Amino acid sequence: MGAWQDFRKAFGGFFVTARQMVRTVRGDGLVTTQYPQEKRVKPQRFHGRHVLNRYPDGMEKCIGCELCAGVCPARCIYVRGADNPPDEPVSPGERFGFVYEINMLRCIFCGLCVEACPTEAITMTSLFEFSVTDRDDAIYTKRELLVGEDGTPNHPQDPNRLIDLAELELADGWMRATSPSGRAAYEGVVAWTPSAGVGLRPPEAGQGEAEAVGSGSGAGAAQREEAGDESGDAPA
Amino acid sequence: MTGWETLLTAAIKVAVAFALLLSLTIVLVWFERKIVADMQNRLGPTRAGPYGMLQTVADGVKLLFKESVTPRRVEFALYIAAPIAALVPALLIFLVIPIGRPFTLGDRVIDLAGTDLNVAVLYVLALSSLAVYAVVLAGWSSGSKYPLLGAVRASAQMISYEAAMGLALVPVILFTGTTSIRAIVDAQAGEFLSFLGIWNIVLVPSFLIFFIAGVAETNRAPFDLVEAESEIVGGYHTEYSGFRFALFFLAEYINIFNISALTTTLFLGGWHGPTFGAPEWLAWVFPIVWFFVKTVALVFVFVWIRASLPRMRYDQLMQFGWKRLIPLTLVWIILSTVAIGFRRFGAPWG
Repeated sequence: MGAWQDFRKAFGGFFVTARQMVRTVRGDGLVTTQYPQEKRVKPQRFHGRHVLNRYPDGMEKCIGCELCAGVCPARCIYVRGADNPPDEPVSPGERFGFVYEINMLRCIFCGLCVEACPTEAITMTSLFEFSVTDRDDAIYTKRELLVGEDGTPNHPQDPNRLIDLAELELADGWMRATSPSGRAAYEGVVAWTPSAGVGLRPPEAGQGEAEAVGSGSGAGAAQREEAGDESGDAPA
Repeated sequence: MTGWETLLTAAIKVAVAFALLLSLTIVLVWFERKIVADMQNRLGPTRAGPYGMLQTVADGVKLLFKESVTPRRVEFALYIAAPIAALVPALLIFLVIPIGRPFTLGDRVIDLAGTDLNVAVLYVLALSSLAVYAVVLAGWSSGSKYPLLGAVRASAQMISYEAAMGLALVPVILFTGTTSIRAIVDAQAGEFLSFLGIWNIVLVPSFLIFFIAGVAETNRAPFDLVEAESEIVGGYHTEYSGFRFALFFLAEYINIFNISALTTTLFLGGWHGPTFGAPEWLAWVFPIVWFFVKTVALVFVFVWIRASLPRMRYDQLMQFGWKRLIPLTLVWIILSTVAIGFRRFGAPWG
């Protein structure tokens, strides 16, 4: 203890700010991004807006079971199922989601609907820009939620202003809930179905099957290409 | 020099000073935001103009066109008068600060300062005391509790640090033997280490105390508890908006520049600096450049302090002012007076 310590106590802050300033001016200290122009890469399991997926053959995955609506803690999902028309079925099962609405103003993006879904019909994307000028527009109906034949979600926003088009092409931002407890490092059988535009998702790191099936993104890319071949890939 | 010539010169000087201060404020706000952003690992304003330099212009235009809301319980006359009372002393202080070497036009010598008062130092202190009125009037006339609390804090703070500020200047006046700012600048002209003048910065304690008191006078961090956002909203200007708020804002930044310019003038040799043997037609530029380089360096210190230090508590502020700063200044006055006396009259036993 002495004069030096007292000096450090009183004036140490000045050296901190000076050091940070030098770092920022040199360019390696910057922690912000120029948002609409630059976008950060979001984590794989980012909880963005939902989409309703299709099978690669174009069939809707949703069977109108309303489990998502039942589990939703914010009560923001409304589903009404209907029997599939026999001559022109919408989904492979007996019923399909005739009405599917999510109120994005109420949604808390917890992802419980994704975990509840028995057919992996609803998943979350990394899309997060959904400001609206009318509250009614915040209620996403099947028109916005259901992905196209190529797996691209229909986004109500002006794509030139905010939407990262690369994210639109890779709609399925979050992996399916594979573990009953929601643990990421789930060791067990991963048995999800392929989706239109995405194909069969590679397992995530830490999931026992992942190392067995193939290694990470390389396999995923190949599968995506494969899926694209049969259903017509997203527009370039 | 005939009467109307004097009048014309004065009018031009005042117009130039006014334009200079307004444009400087625009630059200073941008400068501060950029520096603080750098220190906080951000970019700061980037959108308006090159490097975001027009951001302040945009903000100013916005303030001018905003509605000046008048709350129902204000004392209207004083409420209107307060922003003007804040801005006027700020503008007037600048008028006695020489920003460059006097130049000759025909047979007349023109100072690069609004005027040269023989009591300029006292004039500056008097006007910076007047700034308290603006704060108190604004706080009281708003008819609201937060402005009142801010005004009470401000008056106590400004009066306390006014004392230290004035006392810190006593050694300077004794050392140079004058209260005219022009004479004080001239006294710092000499040669030292071949290019530096003998600046009054040799009176280091005076310099430090004056600058600290100056930070407190302008209500800047860490002495900004007058407008502590986390406690009393905006302090004395909580109830002001639009153009009236802009006047307070303008006054604050002009005061920052004034304190920096005064410190430069009184302690850092004013506009004196090396001219690197430049020819006469070019040499007049250097004093102006030197003045602004020194002043902006001090403004940077203002910003640096703001980015580094947390806001002081009210009792800490009072303790620092009355129990540390003023006794220190008094001791320093005695010491420097003795030293200056030896220097001027020789040792009494010699």
